[in-house]
Amino acid sequence: MTLEALSNAFGPSGCEAKVRRVVIDAIADKVDELQVDHLGNVIAHQKGTQYPTFKVMVSAHMDEVGFMITHIDDNGLLHFTKVGGIDDRVLPAKVVRIGPSEMRGVISVKPVHLTDRAERNKVISYDNMAIDIGVSSKAEAERLVDRGDYAVFDVAFEDLATSSSPMAKGKAFDDRAGCAVLIELIERGPYPFDFWPVFTTMEEVGLRGAQVAAYRVMPDAAFALEGTICDDGPRDGDTSPTTAVGKGPAISPMDRSVIADRRLVRLLIETAEAEGIPYQFKQPGKGGTDAGAIHLAKTGVPSVPVSVPSRYIHSPVCMLSKEDLRNTVRLMTATLQRMTPDVLSTR
Amino acid sequence: MKDTIKKLVETWGPSGAEHRVRALIEGEIDGLADETQTDALGNLIALKKGDGSGKKVMLSAHMDEIGVIVSWVDEKGFVRINPIGGVRPLYEAMGRVAFENGTIGVIGLEKMEKPDQVPPFEKLYVDVGASSREDCPVQVGDFGSFVRPMVEIGGHLTAKAMDDRIGCAVLIQTLRELDSSPHDVYFCFSSQEEVGLRGAMTGAFGISPDVGIAIDVTGAGDTPEPQSKMATQLDNGPAIKVKDGGMLATPWVKEWMIRTAEANAIPYQLEVLAGGTTDARAIQTTQAGIPAGCLSIVTRYIHSPSETLSYSDVLNSVKLLLAMLSKPIES
Repeated sequence: MTLEALSNAFGPSGCEAKVRRVVIDAIADKVDELQVDHLGNVIAHQKGTQYPTFKVMVSAHMDEVGFMITHIDDNGLLHFTKVGGIDDRVLPAKVVRIGPSEMRGVISVKPVHLTDRAERNKVISYDNMAIDIGVSSKAEAERLVDRGDYAVFDVAFEDLATSSSPMAKGKAFDDRAGCAVLIELIERGPYPFDFWPVFTTMEEVGLRGAQVAAYRVMPDAAFALEGTICDDGPRDGDTSPTTAVGKGPAISPMDRSVIADRRLVRLLIETAEAEGIPYQFKQPGKGGTDAGAIHLAKTGVPSVPVSVPSRYIHSPVCMLSKEDLRNTVRLMTATLQRMTPDVLSTR
Repeated sequence: MKDTIKKLVETWGPSGAEHRVRALIEGEIDGLADETQTDALGNLIALKKGDGSGKKVMLSAHMDEIGVIVSWVDEKGFVRINPIGGVRPLYEAMGRVAFENGTIGVIGLEKMEKPDQVPPFEKLYVDVGASSREDCPVQVGDFGSFVRPMVEIGGHLTAKAMDDRIGCAVLIQTLRELDSSPHDVYFCFSSQEEVGLRGAMTGAFGISPDVGIAIDVTGAGDTPEPQSKMATQLDNGPAIKVKDGGMLATPWVKEWMIRTAEANAIPYQLEVLAGGTTDARAIQTTQAGIPAGCLSIVTRYIHSPSETLSYSDVLNSVKLLLAMLSKPIES
């Protein structure tokens, strides 16, 4: 399964080369054209069979949240900053992979025996933490690690032995889940329209790859695939989760970065209902996606985000339903089959 | 012109769902422009060609208004909402909201632990008269906007969505009265301003004008203990923007506006707005940069259901724009 290789690959924002390798290996012989742009985006192209001038871009971002080493202290401990949005509460005592060699380190933590109650109730800021790589001097650490080296959480992909639904856990499902869906869509191509699958970089630091990729491709319409926020655990009162596992792909009418094109939202809903594919709405107003950058390119691009719900994103370990992943592929495939210039001819 | 304003402000059109406003404006300007088009983000762009000797001028007023989007329907059929744009719960509680399918709801407010506390958005719900999730006539993702008809109070007009349908009305009237101009004038009725000037960004990129002017509302400093200390007052004429939270007007554009007002004895006031910005910022920063300014209509109670402004200021705004467009521009 592609998701496993994608999830396990090391690829924080700005350092997506290893993910790019997995992607290119998976799609190189299935596309008519493939380029890597100046920001590291993989821009692929499958020629359209029916409407060769009608361009549809589908994006997924390759990068994940992670860390960058800022300095090495006299004890050989590595101090770091965050790349993308990570809650400090999830950091202590986590294993990380560092630098090109992906050597292991542990974010250090004081044993419970030595902390008092007040200390245990306090969140430690990441700039008061350090990564322990098991050395005892600066010189020793400097032989292994450079300032500016990246780090990511070290969690291996694994299927969970659940009976009710096929769940998997791993790191970086935001947005390797989207990448896995997009690779499947390429395998099922070509499509009637000119298909531009784009695997973007640097989404987690501000949709930067998508901004320039959309400028280059300048499609007529775009779908942004995401592994998105899922908070379907027990709730206080009768209030909305952002998305829920097992209820199918999440269509976003609006998030912080984009108000989805109404025609594309309608097409997705009509397709899901015609094909009997489960779907849900992502709670409006939450999170941002590559669609936020894509829809503002040049003279504008009608865009919509479609997401695989994934619990615990931006933490060391995410969890998703492979059934949701399959249904996202089904919904996107069926939607793309219906994607003709007519969809955009009405307002 | 009041009829046009009334129709515009009473039309339903939150950000991203401006289609009804666009259709109304298309009808109002039918036959007046040389070309009209709607772009990918829903901006309606009408071109009135000049005599070929002038510049490419973009005027922008946004069609969208602040609103809400359904985020959840609970098992008793009460609707939870999230804001579209800068909605203030204090201003909207106990008012009414209309959804696209015509459903009207009352914006209810949960009990506050401290009665004098400003309510957070999470305390709001919409009562659409349903008794269960199943019989609720709206669903997650449905857009809504506030309900409040326009009324005249003294020489002032008050309604929801004056921000920025009044700008749309000024553009429509300017297009109606513009006989001849040296300039190619692009009237851009933009989308999605309230969520971050998004329509104007792509509209300005496509038009690529020589100069751009936004027509939008600005705050008023003439009420008891006003929300923001400003020198602007209703009835003192259009406000020529010097600065706001996102833009410094290009000096020669500002001077062009002042000079024209003085030459034509049109009252005006200068505007310095602390927070917020307009389509002019999006125009100014598109492509390699474009000179831009803003003509503002001073408005009380902005982003409330009773945005209030002076009709004479509106008429003078049209006069000023017409005077600006009638002559060559000295930059």
